[in-house]
Amino acid sequence: MTASGRRRLVLIGGAGLAALYVWAIFGLPDFGHYRGPYGDIINRVATPERHLTDTVTGVNFDYRGFDTINEEMILFAAVVGLTIILRAQRDEQESQGDEDHARWRIAPHTSDSIRVLGLLLVGPIVLFGIYIVIHAHLSPGGGFQGGVILATALLHVYLAGEYVTAKRLTPEAVIEATEATGAGGFVVIGLAGLIFARWFLENFFPLGTTGQLISAGTIPLINVSVGLAVTAGFVLILAEFMEQTVVLRRRSQT
Amino acid sequence: MSVFPFFVAAWLLLVGIYGIATSRNLIHLIVCLSVVQSSTYVLLLAVGYKTHAAAPVFLNVPLSTPAVDPVVQALVLTDIVVGATVTALLLGLVVQTHKRSGTLDPEALHSLRG
Repeated sequence: MTASGRRRLVLIGGAGLAALYVWAIFGLPDFGHYRGPYGDIINRVATPERHLTDTVTGVNFDYRGFDTINEEMILFAAVVGLTIILRAQRDEQESQGDEDHARWRIAPHTSDSIRVLGLLLVGPIVLFGIYIVIHAHLSPGGGFQGGVILATALLHVYLAGEYVTAKRLTPEAVIEATEATGAGGFVVIGLAGLIFARWFLENFFPLGTTGQLISAGTIPLINVSVGLAVTAGFVLILAEFMEQTVVLRRRSQT
Repeated sequence: MSVFPFFVAAWLLLVGIYGIATSRNLIHLIVCLSVVQSSTYVLLLAVGYKTHAAAPVFLNVPLSTPAVDPVVQALVLTDIVVGATVTALLLGLVVQTHKRSGTLDPEALHSLRG
């Protein structure tokens, strides 16, 4: 199909879709007039039932925990898929080099300000990430958000130092084990609910006092395991793409 | 304008689909896919929004405080992170495609053999 033919087809289909969408919009309750009972019920019962104060976390890791397991498995599958897709191809040599730039191009020297600022930020970012992960049942945050923040620490090391420093910081075996522990930990906690209580993913731990760091039963545990999985997943993704630049450059030299 | 956010969602969806269909660069195509994804986030959050309601966090706040729907927020936040990894997976495919065929133009790809 030609480009213009396809464009015409998309415009026709898009017009139809737009008409249906607008029709649907006028069937919705007005913006700001939330009607569904589900969110209100969760907001009312989550704190007394689960001793948490952030009901979003309660939905994610308790009330709809099974959905979150599926989400995490999608994340896991995507990361595994990426490492498989980006594995060394037949005509590529596994990189031993420590340069991530082409030989005929001199990489600009990392300026001292970036070096200092990057290294200064690594500590606070790790601390902030851990804070976001473990306080999820109290305030906005959680394993998903905190995990991404933690993974950006690697980017700071990369920016402040060299590729080889960032690579040394992320030994593949350790990261892969962390990823597996995080993803598997969620399922194990779910199965523990089946063994020690009645249902899969039942919140069977003592709930503690509302507002305390150690409270809300299994939710903080699940949170930490999701945090591990997300951190390791994003670090793996970043490391794979960094490695690609080396592989690509190596290949173009030959 | 009590339906405006829903139109924003519709606009993002349509613009993204148009971009995907007419894209001449695979990276651009993946960015368009992310735009389509964001349209679902806007739609979900708009559906769960309540005028003059607070975030669904009841730290030092009475439980009777009106708060927006936490369910849609939970859906959106997991999907943003998972969506990012799926985007990375697609970009990985693009890297390999470029290595094999030397082009990022989807138009130029169909004439190539595996």
